[in-house]
Amino acid sequence: MPADTRLLDDESRALVDMVRDFASQEAAPAAAGYEASGEDPIELYRKLAELDLTGVPFPEEYGGAGASYLTYLLVVEELAAAYLALAIGLSVHTLCAFAIHTFGTDAQRKELLAPLARGEMLGAYALSEPEAGSDAGSLATRAERRGDSYVLNGRKVFCTRGADADLLLVMARTGGPGPRGISSFVVSKGSQGLVGERKEDKLGWRSSPTWMLGLTDLVVPESRRLGEEGDGFRIAMASLDSGRLGIAACAVGLAQAALDAAIAFTTEREQFGAPVAHQEGVRFMLADMATQIEAARRLYRHGAALRDAGHPYTLQAAQAKLFATDVAMRVTTDAVQLHGGYGYITEYPVERYMREAKGLQIVEGTNQIQRYVIGRALTEGA
Amino acid sequence: MNIVVCVKYIPDPNVPNEMDGKTLKREGVQGVLDPGDEYGVEAALQLKEQHGGEVTAVSMGPEGAIEAVRRALSMGADRGVLITDPALHGADALVTATVLAAAIARNPFDVVIAAVESTDGYTGTMPMTMAELLGVPQLTFVNEIVSSGDAFRVHRQTPEGYHVIECPTPLVLTVTAGINEPRYASFKGIMAAKKKPTETLSLADIGLTPEDVTVQQDVVDLHEVEESRETELVRGDDAVARIVDYLAEAKVI
Repeated sequence: MPADTRLLDDESRALVDMVRDFASQEAAPAAAGYEASGEDPIELYRKLAELDLTGVPFPEEYGGAGASYLTYLLVVEELAAAYLALAIGLSVHTLCAFAIHTFGTDAQRKELLAPLARGEMLGAYALSEPEAGSDAGSLATRAERRGDSYVLNGRKVFCTRGADADLLLVMARTGGPGPRGISSFVVSKGSQGLVGERKEDKLGWRSSPTWMLGLTDLVVPESRRLGEEGDGFRIAMASLDSGRLGIAACAVGLAQAALDAAIAFTTEREQFGAPVAHQEGVRFMLADMATQIEAARRLYRHGAALRDAGHPYTLQAAQAKLFATDVAMRVTTDAVQLHGGYGYITEYPVERYMREAKGLQIVEGTNQIQRYVIGRALTEGA
Repeated sequence: MNIVVCVKYIPDPNVPNEMDGKTLKREGVQGVLDPGDEYGVEAALQLKEQHGGEVTAVSMGPEGAIEAVRRALSMGADRGVLITDPALHGADALVTATVLAAAIARNPFDVVIAAVESTDGYTGTMPMTMAELLGVPQLTFVNEIVSSGDAFRVHRQTPEGYHVIECPTPLVLTVTAGINEPRYASFKGIMAAKKKPTETLSLADIGLTPEDVTVQQDVVDLHEVEESRETELVRGDDAVARIVDYLAEAKVI
């Protein structure tokens, strides 16, 4: 049972139908192969660009499709159900494009956002460092002012796409310690001093490359600074608010795929003379899985609706990310269980789904950080 | 080049069909653009890309059939026409051809493209009847359009191979599945479709009366297709060769 589209407007339903066609015919059949080889599915990103799916929520004047953020998330959910790493790649790309759209000057939007939105370029995001993960405000990468430029030195970790990204949003310290001393910069691929030091080997999402990056005397012109000096942490956090809804949509898509696989398997698989889905114990598991997924879906769509209406949504984005990714972990684990031995072997996709769900609980703020954000919003205001 | 493509809104073929007496149940059933028609739309769009002009998608059906027209528009067609009228309920192939021909004949055209047959009715007679009513030649079972302009040169698929046929415009063309790879509607295409002109016409609008669309075909009885489940096991050293021969004979390879 794919997501219910009956209440969507005609245009959104047509979009979801199109993405489902593309996802089922081209993305899903390729997913297992790419995940096994670890190869980045660049060809599929190119197709996303042809279908106008690389800039869904950005204005048409900057190469986007001019649709709502909710519409964009419908796309992410459908892609994630077919091929999670591809949806993650699109989500990270959009995170970078969002920062340029929201905090960039008009000139920066024309130069940098437009090629991202058209999918001619892919964007990425570099915040985490070896010693600064959840405590991102303590990051150590320096950006020294030198004339009309900055010179960046430091190291970034867990950077999706890394040095292969066409544009990389890098947070670095221009001032004193703490969040207020941080600025953000947009760095182009191939810049002197930007080096992919190590491509990480991972539990899942193997075809979404994760890099450790070295920044050595990397010169960035002032025109590539986003916002004012000292705005960097605010930009980074606002981008994550937005990105977290994307991760929540990824989690819902992944969980839906796991549920669909579990329903298909348990209605086919016969034991004791009947499909195992006839067992009440199995049905109750499926019922819980489906109900949790639908609740998670409503949570991210609520956050997106608030965002589209111009309301604050930090709290709701954190709730959606926390809940949806925990649901994905539980549902994918149960999907493996419902497949029995077949769930534990690579012939069926559910073991991959279970490995993939783990990453969603960690990225763009661990689920412990989400609770911190939610708790702070409840007790101190957002 | 003025290109017309016939599109049909059919019950989703991925959902088991339900009958409503002796006609297919259509109300309350999720519908789609006939997958066979996507090849026709793609062929029309390719002709437009080569020769310029305009692609008009034409459909007959209940009001919901505008969805099929819109799908063609989102793929890139320029305008849409839907003929819908209560008198058309239960229309047979002759009535459909009469209605489409009347609607199409209102404007000059160079080529009308249709699928070889629909994926719900499968009569496979509508396009030829329509060509006759329009008074233009027909090129059927086309799996390759070699060149075109004032005249078309096409490959007409036959059981043995293909015929190469040339024909001056205007004409009616039926295309096979596999003539091309239909494009996806892009998101901008989907959004643009909303703003493209569509006309919804009644029988009177195309100059027909209910008498003109009297159904003359009578479906006497319906039978389920009997599934054949004959299985032949191929064993032995020459098994591979025999399977290859079998597949070649079935024209799969």
